[in-house]
Amino acid sequence: MYKRILIANRGEIALRVIRACREMGIETVAVFSEADRGAAYLDLVDEAYCIGPPKAAQSYLKIERVIAAAEVGNVEAIHPGYGFLAENAHFNEVCRSCNIDFIGPTPDAMDLLGDKNQARTIAREADVPVVPGSDGLLENEAEALRVAHEIGFPVLVKATAGGGGKGMRVAANDLTLKTAFQQAQTEAEAAFGNPGVYLEKFVEHPRHVEVQVIADLHGNVVHLWERDCSTQRRHQKLIEESPASNLPHEIRKSLCESAVRLVKKAGYTNAGTVEFIVDRENNFYFIEVNARIQVEHCVTEMVTGIDLIKQQIAVAAGEKLPFTQDDIKLEGSAIECRINAEDPDHNFQPRPGKIEHMFTPGGFGVRFDTHTHAGYVVPPHYDSMIGKLIVHQPTRSEAIACMLRALDELKIEGIQTTAPFHKKVLQHSIFAAGDIDTSFVERTWAD
Amino acid sequence: MADSEPKADDVFDVDRVLRLIEMMKKHDLTEINLRQSGQKIQLKRETAQPQVVGYAAAPPIPQPMPAAAPAPTADSGTAPAVDDPNVHIMKSPMVGTYYSRANPESEAFVKVGDRVSTDMTICIVEAMKVFNELNAEVAGEVVAILVENEEPVEYGQPLFKIDTSK
Repeated sequence: MYKRILIANRGEIALRVIRACREMGIETVAVFSEADRGAAYLDLVDEAYCIGPPKAAQSYLKIERVIAAAEVGNVEAIHPGYGFLAENAHFNEVCRSCNIDFIGPTPDAMDLLGDKNQARTIAREADVPVVPGSDGLLENEAEALRVAHEIGFPVLVKATAGGGGKGMRVAANDLTLKTAFQQAQTEAEAAFGNPGVYLEKFVEHPRHVEVQVIADLHGNVVHLWERDCSTQRRHQKLIEESPASNLPHEIRKSLCESAVRLVKKAGYTNAGTVEFIVDRENNFYFIEVNARIQVEHCVTEMVTGIDLIKQQIAVAAGEKLPFTQDDIKLEGSAIECRINAEDPDHNFQPRPGKIEHMFTPGGFGVRFDTHTHAGYVVPPHYDSMIGKLIVHQPTRSEAIACMLRALDELKIEGIQTTAPFHKKVLQHSIFAAGDIDTSFVERTWAD
Repeated sequence: MADSEPKADDVFDVDRVLRLIEMMKKHDLTEINLRQSGQKIQLKRETAQPQVVGYAAAPPIPQPMPAAAPAPTADSGTAPAVDDPNVHIMKSPMVGTYYSRANPESEAFVKVGDRVSTDMTICIVEAMKVFNELNAEVAGEVVAILVENEEPVEYGQPLFKIDTSK
């Protein structure tokens, strides 16, 4: 097992990893930008190094400084968290060439699955359903039109190097497809440095259902069931839950097993998430793989009782998974609300600033993961998430009631948060019925 | 319950505390936080006189943690007077290991009292096996060297005080 790990991240996820390390008796080294100097969670680590000014590009994304801190801090491994360098295959390679373990998949697996189009190819090879679409990247406009006519409009033009909801354009007919194709290529080149685009059938009002997987370095791969993340706004998740409601057990099982097949085929190791869309007839289609631990991993932790960060560290250190697929049971229902420093009444504009007062919820089945506290100044330089409120109860309706109660207790004064908006969503009859799809929030609360 | 008799390597050993105080004065440090075997000590220095802020028995942690890095902050005032506008604090532009000399056998690049100019190498900061020679940021007299040879340094960490009026 490692003696010392560097956490190449900040805020909530840095604290999450620090907690796992402290329980495992692993020493911790943190890096921080000048905007995070003095943050309370940095008191918990053994060593901390400033790696740059506030802007992420000059600090948390500076590979050479993170590695330099890892070397002076004498660590054996780096946990990249999520975002920042977590899915940067080059950073992954640099770590390994410096004899530092990267707690995540190999650079090859990361590259392979990071290319959306290649991931689709592997899915087909693994007998995993994919959204009907082009057989690879689109050569030209004529091909785009031909494929669109085969699979039927509306279609989605997607950037192969995109992700997280970026680099996608819908087209409902020939004319809009021509524009969409050209624009998507230009945008993809500018945003991701890769103009490659492919076509998918546009599934209307799909559900977003993803599967948590973990694989060790000895060939063992398991799934930890699914999470429904359909409650989104502009492709950003607001609320996640497990299990997915109103989805028959056989379908859930088949979906999760196909995720395992895909991950095995790609030679993927450590933790990851396989994303699917599910249509109104409960057909599921593979979309993409997130080759990292995710924000909403806590939802799965609650229903399975498995500490995913500890498992990540153990797997990276060479240990076998301590459970088989049959050992993994999903109990009860868990829901997570992402509490962001944003104003839901004004287009979810970010609201950085000082938290004057804070009262955090608790009680049976309530978990609040946050790095913030009264007196904490939310910096403007990073994403606006200040905490994750997660509840776990025996049934989904009890979980909703518990979350509403916990959101009521949560008091954050001095800044605005999305907590009131979460209450509205959870109180809506469509949410209570479990009848949500990815268009629910935007349709119901149009800006 | 903690032992009442301090052991030889105990953080509360008075000699050790005195040595820490001397080290703080010598290197112009304003704060030291140390943790060992579930106990911690914190020393803070507001002015020229160091004060022991306090120590407490923290809850035991599964493995003992060795001493944390000292935290030097911006200028806290030695001779010359506090916040002398002529004194430039040169800070590290990178994370790495500070070397005061080109190799273990050679002389240090500079010592206190030396005049430096911006085309002179003042130190090396090594990261990822690359030895970066840093030039003096300004011309003047080196009035303080704030780090020790082979010490790890972080971005923005003060390295030298250079009096530009001399």
